[in-house]
Parts: sequence; C-alpha cells; structure tokens
Amino acid sequence: MSSGQPEGVPAARTVGAPEARPEGVPASWEVFLRPRRGLSHQHVGSVRAYDPDTALLRARDLYTRRGDPLSLWVVRSDAVHTASPDERDPYFANARHKPYRYPQQFVPLTTERSPDGGHDD
Amino acid sequence: MSATGPADTAAAGEDEPTARFEALVGAGEAVEPRDWMPDGYRRMVLRQLAQHAHSEIIGMQPEGAWLTRAPSLHRKSVLIAKVQDEAGHGLYLYSAAETLGVDRADLLDALHQGRQRASATFDHPALTWADTGTIAWLTDGAAVINQAPLCRTSYGPYARAMRRVCQEEAFHVRQGYDLMRALCEGTPAQKAMAQDAVDRWWLPAVALMFGPPDTEAGGADARTAAVGAAVSRRAMAWGIKRHTNDELRARFVDSCVPQAERLGLTLPDPAIRWNEERGHYDFTPVDWDVYRRALGEDTHWARQRVAHRRAAHEDGAWVREAAAAYAARTRDADAAAGQDAGAHEHGHGQEHGQDRTEVRA
Repeated sequence: MSSGQPEGVPAARTVGAPEARPEGVPASWEVFLRPRRGLSHQHVGSVRAYDPDTALLRARDLYTRRGDPLSLWVVRSDAVHTASPDERDPYFANARHKPYRYPQQFVPLTTERSPDGGHDD
Repeated sequence: MSATGPADTAAAGEDEPTARFEALVGAGEAVEPRDWMPDGYRRMVLRQLAQHAHSEIIGMQPEGAWLTRAPSLHRKSVLIAKVQDEAGHGLYLYSAAETLGVDRADLLDALHQGRQRASATFDHPALTWADTGTIAWLTDGAAVINQAPLCRTSYGPYARAMRRVCQEEAFHVRQGYDLMRALCEGTPAQKAMAQDAVDRWWLPAVALMFGPPDTEAGGADARTAAVGAAVSRRAMAWGIKRHTNDELRARFVDSCVPQAERLGLTLPDPAIRWNEERGHYDFTPVDWDVYRRALGEDTHWARQRVAHRRAAHEDGAWVREAAAAYAARTRDADAAAGQDAGAHEHGHGQEHGQDRTEVRA
C-alpha cells in the first residue's frame, strides 16, 4: 500500500461560499477573533471584501463592537482547506478502535493493584 | 410564507443518509455545513435565515429615520449603537446563509426584486420618537423570545450567529423600556405619545413577530391553524424550531403585561386577562387571513421599505465598483512587484502582504 491518500477519499475542499464567482463579486473572508488574552483565535464568521485591508475593517466593524478584542485574523475562504469525517470517512479511520490511546484504559496511579497483564516494558 | 414540500418521513427508514441525518438531529446534535442534509431541510433553513437576515436590515429603517432627531446626545448614541447592531445581525445571518452555498449578493437581489421578503412588522411607519422606544421594547422583546430558542437550532452556523444576536438583543429591549419609562414619567403629552405608539405597535409585534397561528387554540380559524401546524411540525422534527408560534406568542404576552402595568400603559387588547386555570394571560387570537390581506405586498409601507433598501444599494454601487477597480489594480501591481522582487531578492512583496493580515486593538 502506498502511503499517499487512501483510496476513494475525495480531495480536500474549501469552506464558505462557492469558490467560483462572477467578476465583480467581492471575495469571502473567514474571520478569526482572539476574544481574550490567553485564548486562541476562534472562528466567528465571514465578511465580503475585495482586499485584506477592507476585510479587516469590515471584520472589526462587525465582530468587535463590544468587549476588548485582542486580535483579528482574516483568511480568504477559498484558502481554507477542510476535511470532515462525514465526507472523508476513511481519512479519519486511524482514530477509531484505539482505546489504548486513553489513560482510563490503564491502571490508576493511586491504587496498589498491579496491572492485569503485568507488562513492565 | 408557503410550505415547501418537506421530505417524506415515510422514506426515512429506506433512505440511509436520511435516517442517519434524522438520528443526528434527533440526538440533539448540530448539523454542520459539510454534512449531508435533506434538500427540504436545506431549503427550510435557508428560507428562514434569508427572511431573518432581510428583516434585520429592513428593521433598521423605522428607527434609523429618528437618528437625526433624537432628543439628547445620550439617546442618539444609544440609537446609533442599536441600529448598527441590526446591520450587524443581518450580516451575521447572511454569513451563516453562505455556508449553505448561496451568495449574499443573490439573497439581496431576491429581497430587492420581491422574490424574498422581510418581516411585515416593519411595514409600518415610525411616526413619533416614542415609536423608537416601542419598537425596541415590543418588537425586539418579541425577537428575544423568538430567538432565545434559536440559539439551539439544529443548524450549527445559524445557532452560533444567534448566540451573538441574543447577547446584543438584550440591550435593545432594555434601552427601549428605559426610553418608554422616561416618557411615562414625563409630561402628560409625553405619556400620551407613549400610549399612542403602543396602540399602533402592539398588534404588529404580537401577530407578525411570531408568524401565523399554528395550533388550534391560537388560531381564529381551523384551516390557517392546520396549515401553520404542518409547517411547524416539520420544522420542529428537524430541530429548526423548538416551539410553536403560538407557544412563543403566549410567552411574549405573559412577559409584556406586567411590564406595561409598571409603565402605566394599556395594551390595546380588551381580551387580555389573567387565566388562573391555565396560568397564562388570555388575549384575542390573531385573525391571520384578515391581517395578512391588510399587509399584502402592495401596501404603501411594504413598497417603501424595499424601495428605500434598493435605492441605498444602487446609490452605493459606485463604492463597490471603485473598491473592485482598486483591488484589481493593486493585485496587478503586486503581481508585477512580486515578479520583479523574485528576479532579484525574494519575498519582499509577500512579506508586506502578510503584515496586513493582523491588527491589534
């Protein structure tokens, strides 16, 4: 088996509004806002604009009318590539049926009992 | 608002994606843009989102007309913030609608050409300053009751937009009530102005903010109630709606009666009376057919609202054209500079472009 894309998996697609748009319609931009110090930027919605400066201005007017925002990102919607389990099922199959990736599968640190299998390695 | 043919529930068992979708929604999970969804669901969410977005921006007009005539700088600042919020709510919702693969420019065209409509609530004039307070207290108050359950509507982007809207809507209602209280504690003329505005806006709020009757108890006639009930049942099965129109309408009346009493205002419905047995206020059922006819598409104010919106859009065309031309010229110049820079030392134009993508407030 090749290490490339699993068979039958459609290529990644972009988010938001349709990608191909007629001339003269402003591009869609996804807006990410860091609402407070210590948090990551969070997706809050989208705006339409012809260029990044205007997109930032519109995002500021729309998403930061209250509170004390720390920073804004805008990313063209057609530059965000996505994969979701619903449409790319095999792509995410590697996360399934692996209970051993969770700590509760193992013996607690606070009991005296030794693990059933007794693996020490 | 006509019922678009919803997917047949009988087919759910045979149709594997439909069954999975209904199980997801039934479990209270959110539907996200990339999920498979029945065509009827997509159309129903889209129609509601578009109508909602249109109502937010058309709703700016009656209050917006009073911005230049606010009685104090404080009230003016508040009203500007409120009307600006309504524009913002429209934009949140157009943004959510676009996740369903439509273009907001097409939705605006549909509004301008009369193929889609905004709530008829705003097809009334705001005649006095008291109307601004009444609209905020009653129609935004109705909106809060309508919209609080929409924060849990099944379509994820719609629910997220509504959480933002609801946070801001609470300010709208409070400032409206505050404005009404100031008038009611003022001169007899001011109090009379407040009562007059309430007399004109009560029925639009009760009837139009909640839609047609959809239970037998809420309707003046059984046919309208049956049609309304069929649409609401489908919307509730899909988790788009959480309550019937009539349930929310009753909740609104229950909340308004004591508020009006505190203001010393009379709600213009002689049938309003506390019903001990039901634990709710009784009120006159909405005669939807009569009311709809009176508010058809051809009324003066319905045409006026859309005409004003269309004129604003057309008057702004030169701004959009200039922005597009500027963007095209900048893009060409950047491309030329990029090639030039690439030939000598790499990445100068690129770095400049990246610097612009973050601002700190």
